[in-house]
Amino acid sequence: MATTRAFARLATRGTAVRPTIFARGFASVDPIAKAGEKLSPEPARKVVPESKTSTLQEPAPDKQAKIKTFHVYRWNPDEPSSKPRMQSYTLDLNKTGPMMLDALIRIKNEMDPTLTFRRSCREGICGSCAMNIDGVNTLACLCRIPTDTAKESRIYPLPHMFVVKDLVPDMTNFYKQYRSIKPYLQRATPPPDGREYRQSKDDRKKLDGLYECILCACCSTSCPSYWWNQEEYLGPAVLLQSYRWIADSRDEKKAERQDALNNSMSLYRCHTILNCSRTCPKGLNPALAIAEIKKGMAFA
Amino acid sequence: MAKLSGLQRDVLKLYRQCIRAVRLKPDDTRENFRAFAREEFRKNVAMDKKDFGTIEYLLRRGRRQLEIYQDEGIRNIAR
Repeated sequence: MATTRAFARLATRGTAVRPTIFARGFASVDPIAKAGEKLSPEPARKVVPESKTSTLQEPAPDKQAKIKTFHVYRWNPDEPSSKPRMQSYTLDLNKTGPMMLDALIRIKNEMDPTLTFRRSCREGICGSCAMNIDGVNTLACLCRIPTDTAKESRIYPLPHMFVVKDLVPDMTNFYKQYRSIKPYLQRATPPPDGREYRQSKDDRKKLDGLYECILCACCSTSCPSYWWNQEEYLGPAVLLQSYRWIADSRDEKKAERQDALNNSMSLYRCHTILNCSRTCPKGLNPALAIAEIKKGMAFA
Repeated sequence: MAKLSGLQRDVLKLYRQCIRAVRLKPDDTRENFRAFAREEFRKNVAMDKKDFGTIEYLLRRGRRQLEIYQDEGIRNIAR
């Protein structure tokens, strides 16, 4: 699925320092609060493993059913002092759609209506159903269920995000960061012919591999650097978007955009770990975009 | 008063912020906001003080609620 796109290069200028933009006044900072369980008084924050929780079975299994087990992370904020736990579900793959999202929807519809997750388009264009499936951040709607029924699948929310409920992460911080890069066209001059802002085909090509990003946050939450510096480092998804506007030939605030990134935290916390490019469910390359920003600023 | 832990101070700080935020509300509904803030804290007054994870979660939730209710558009609160 992953096709890496080559970007057109760009010579840009970037100077000076900028004021820190992240004076944060909102709640989410460190990893999700996993609370102590009611049954055991010790306030351990580990997840209760699936071996200690019940298993919900497929409603009416057939003879030649292909039964697969799914372990799903559950946590209910209405009982804040309860521990998060892994709930197991078994499904007949013959009666389930091919994708992980189909399995989750089937669990919710037929077995356990309390299971909570975000989903919308079911075709990888909205980015709602981003979650950690078998250790990889991806979109549930684009992730096939491995047909090997001997192996069990594990589904967690996006790592190192606060959990709102079950598989729903708190994206407040992520969206605030996105807002901070001013993701819109900034121009002072009107178009020469008074009609549209036009660009050449070559200039448009520079945006390929950038505009497709759906902000699912799979890449940002796979980045160890983002895990440890979530408040200050912007993360690959937001930096990819930042480059999308820096690279846009119609935008006139390129220098300001670069100045805004020119500090030790916002951009330069990227240590080219490349988890972002590896995990992107849309096959984009955030690491390359970050490298292009760095290059543009180095050669300014 | 005994020396407070960092977490206890955070809780008190949030409570202070809530009570102060009430002053920015219209005169006639201030008491409603104050009662609401107090009640939200009262709900968890019996929380085990060693249960740090839960307290941190409740703090985060409280801060977010405060941020939302601070909006000027919210003039009254009823329950």
